[in-house]
Amino acid sequence: MRYARPETPAEASRLLAAEPGLARVMAGGTDLLVQLKSGLVEPDLIVDIKHLPGAAMITREAGGFRIGAAVPNQALGEDRDLVAAWPGVVEAASLIGSTQVQGRATIAGNLCNASPAGDSVPALVAAGAVARVTGPNGERDVPVQQIPTGPGKTSLARGEFITSILLPARPARAADAYLRFIPRTEMDIAVCSAAVNLELDGKGVVARARVALGAVAATVLEVDVSAALVGTRLDDAALDKLAKAASAAAKPISDKRGTVEFRTHVVGVLARRAARIAYERAAR
Amino acid sequence: MTGTLVTSKVNGDEVQFIADPGETLLDVLRYKLNLMGAKEGCGTGDCGACTVTLNGRIVCSCLVLGVEAEGATIGTIEGMADGNRLHPLQQAFIDHAALQCGICTPGILVAAQKLLERNPDPTEEEIRYWLAGNLCRCTGYDKIVRAVQAAAAQMRA
Repeated sequence: MRYARPETPAEASRLLAAEPGLARVMAGGTDLLVQLKSGLVEPDLIVDIKHLPGAAMITREAGGFRIGAAVPNQALGEDRDLVAAWPGVVEAASLIGSTQVQGRATIAGNLCNASPAGDSVPALVAAGAVARVTGPNGERDVPVQQIPTGPGKTSLARGEFITSILLPARPARAADAYLRFIPRTEMDIAVCSAAVNLELDGKGVVARARVALGAVAATVLEVDVSAALVGTRLDDAALDKLAKAASAAAKPISDKRGTVEFRTHVVGVLARRAARIAYERAAR
Repeated sequence: MTGTLVTSKVNGDEVQFIADPGETLLDVLRYKLNLMGAKEGCGTGDCGACTVTLNGRIVCSCLVLGVEAEGATIGTIEGMADGNRLHPLQQAFIDHAALQCGICTPGILVAAQKLLERNPDPTEEEIRYWLAGNLCRCTGYDKIVRAVQAAAAQMRA
């Protein structure tokens, strides 16, 4: 195994594309090193992208936030403006692993690891986040939900990797929230989860709503909830419709962490509760 | 495998070592730099026994490659005491019997020191969440929490 520490995105892409064996991108390494240790992957080349320009920075862009692919999740919670604008994304990212893991793990890595249970992914999808992908053919911007295609699989082509993720600008009276179910209080993988992103009008009526569910399908699942939520003040009838829509969209499997029935029901409960939190935050 | 020459700062001293690409920072610290304080508990980032600071954040050194440490600033338990004078956290762990077998202790001390740097007066809940990634199979955590609170109070005084 070889290790490379490129200093430009073009060099990183060239290294990844030219590697005849298995190449792996490394940001925080919190998934990659576990996979190495267990023998799940045996890469010939590791390309460390932490030293690319801007990789470790959160920059303001067009009223939004461009989060470099190597920004550790702990740094998200340290950026007050980011927490104020996207509290749901930050709380989702902050749930991943321990404080030690938070010091290394990244949202770009969480997205590319492509676990159906990745905590930050539903929040990023509900937020309408856009990944900037660099590859042999240059740069392209991709909505985050198009990156994972199945457990451990992504749509990234050979030589491509994510350099940053953009969280868009926020109108006033908008907020998001993320909730997951785990049988303990921390350090666990979501049994199922829900992210809700709401924009309210001046009267407190929901103008736009996006909902994404985690761990109830092979990839993160975005649910169209406009009919349930838009035009309402999130009364009980709207929340009932939301919970039903979430449960109806869920296509989970049964495994050691939860059954189909449990996940289907609980994901609706989580969507309802997350919507309430997002609404309260947005109305503040 | 070809080794890479890596230069880092560990506990304030510049160090150089040759790291194989697959070698973890934990193995480098223990077997190349002879700093045996950080322990390998699980080797997969779950237990926190290998906690060190890396560029100001606590990390599991088993989830860091040695070659990644080029140009990095690292802090380990060996850098915590001031000569023979224990850090208030170390003394509080002794005074409150916050350790038994001791395997988890270096990692917990390094993690707790970083917590108190960021938050000199943490609540019990904040301490428990911050240290959730440091497993201890002996103490039941209560004495650890009390020791961190006592050290925090002493350091604030």
